[in-house]
Amino acid sequence: MILAQGQPLLEWDWIVRNSSRIFERFLEHAELTAIAVGIGLLISFPIAVFAYRHRWLLGPTTWFTGLLYTIPSLALFAFLVPYTGLSTTTAEIGLVSYTLLILIRNIVAGLDGVPADTREAAIGMGYTNRQLLWRVELPLALPVIVAGIRIASVTTIGLVTVTSLIGQGGLGYFILLGLRRFFSTPIIAGTVLSVAFAITVDAALLIGQRALTPWVKRKPPGLAT
Amino acid sequence: MISLTDVTKRFPHSSEPAVDRLSLEIEAGKVVSLVGPSGCGKTTTLKMINRLIEPTSGSIVVNGAEIMRQDPVKLRRDIGYVIQSVGLMPHRTIEQNIETVPRLVGWDQARIRKRVDELVSIFDLDRDLLLRYPAELSGGQRQRVGVARALAVDPPVMLMDEPFGAVDPIVRERLQDEFLEIQSSLKKTIVFVTHDIDEAIKMSDRIVILNQGGKVEQHASPEEILRSPANEFVKQFVGAERGLKRLSLISVSDIGVEEGPVVSSSSSAEEAKRVMDQFGFGWTSVVDEGQLLGWVDEEMLHEAAVVSEVKPRKFAAFVVPDNSLRKALDSVVSSRTQVAVVLGEGQAYLGILTLEHISKEIIL
Repeated sequence: MILAQGQPLLEWDWIVRNSSRIFERFLEHAELTAIAVGIGLLISFPIAVFAYRHRWLLGPTTWFTGLLYTIPSLALFAFLVPYTGLSTTTAEIGLVSYTLLILIRNIVAGLDGVPADTREAAIGMGYTNRQLLWRVELPLALPVIVAGIRIASVTTIGLVTVTSLIGQGGLGYFILLGLRRFFSTPIIAGTVLSVAFAITVDAALLIGQRALTPWVKRKPPGLAT
Repeated sequence: MISLTDVTKRFPHSSEPAVDRLSLEIEAGKVVSLVGPSGCGKTTTLKMINRLIEPTSGSIVVNGAEIMRQDPVKLRRDIGYVIQSVGLMPHRTIEQNIETVPRLVGWDQARIRKRVDELVSIFDLDRDLLLRYPAELSGGQRQRVGVARALAVDPPVMLMDEPFGAVDPIVRERLQDEFLEIQSSLKKTIVFVTHDIDEAIKMSDRIVILNQGGKVEQHASPEEILRSPANEFVKQFVGAERGLKRLSLISVSDIGVEEGPVVSSSSSAEEAKRVMDQFGFGWTSVVDEGQLLGWVDEEMLHEAAVVSEVKPRKFAAFVVPDNSLRKALDSVVSSRTQVAVVLGEGQAYLGILTLEHISKEIIL
């Protein structure tokens, strides 16, 4: 591997010395993730709701976001740098692009999962379209939508490390640093923290979703995609 | 209250109309059933009344206004709607489900609470249920909540699409009885869709029998449909046992009682025998001051001079004027005397019903 001879795998010293830098990079990582998933949701939500109501849009939407999803991240960043530079914007454009497919598909799947009789009864009782969406369809779709947000968040947390190549990267900065210096400690620190962050966010979202949907009978986690 | 005039519905990609120039008047305060085989357009017709399906042509007037000129959302809030699968909101508690329409129309909290309390007592719901989610209730409980929810803002008109279809026969019968009792005091105008002719006979004041394309084969009272089905289709649909089904709709007081052999306990045995011969029975009722004591036959009076010397036998069963002829018939065939004795209040003897008399109602 990349290890220099005789070097220990993990130097606690280094971690202690750099703890404030690590914390800063962690915050950057969290921020990049939150903005990416947040903007991803803001874009996906109206598109998904619109495509749910107008089914013909669903095919083209899935095709386009699926195409975005297949672009290798390195290539995408390389392509964007000439236009938006080594900036947060470049990083976020990439990160947001990768959330769209997952989020749109899950929002639509969640809305599709609303029982037809519930919808019919709601319309028959005089819900307007808007009330139907906000008071019936979205609450019932919430478990599947949150499942999508969980996948998107975990994926984004992993991808953020790649943006270290364009001068961003959060905890990915340490991974890149370690690679350049053949120094394993920052690689391990960056990786372990990134994974721990992903697991924490995933669990927090699941707990939040359960608190918001007390009517849902517990099923094995990660069912919905 | 509700009137349909030349209502036609054509669905796209379908050559035949689902409902073809249907005209129907539905009187206020009555239960009208739309009955027919699947594909007869009964559910389509129902859903056109609250504009869940829009008619292709024709006019539907509800509460004095043409529905196509009303705001569909407002129209639906004014009409109670119950469907077979109930469609309770899975994410709302039972209480919140019942409160749905009052909230949509903007009632204040105090009024909503009062109305929920009323509905809980009308439907005899367990208060503990109110905080549960629909998934935690039995099928029968969900159906009752569904009906209670539909009545929440006390709408004058209710549309019910097989509202008791999703529960087992025993629960269904109880829900039907309960609903009839509630309806007898609420007097809603109800359009009731069912494929079950027996349910229609039981639940409705009027029955509309529909054939493919919403063609009205007969529109009449249940009694009339059973007595004189308009055509072969109706006869087939109503099915066998038409006569027996009809008997359950006619009460004893509707056809009147027959006189029957009667003596008092002070009558002589000879007189009793004369009365028996007169009616062609081997027995006679014993009635003192209007009260039925029982019956005696020739054999019992064999050695007696006066009726009071023997102890009259009790009739095994009797009927009251409110009972149906079906019950009277049961009483006839299961009693030794082969008649049904009709009693009024306080064992007062009114007369008898014979098989012959009852069967006049069956054979038409």
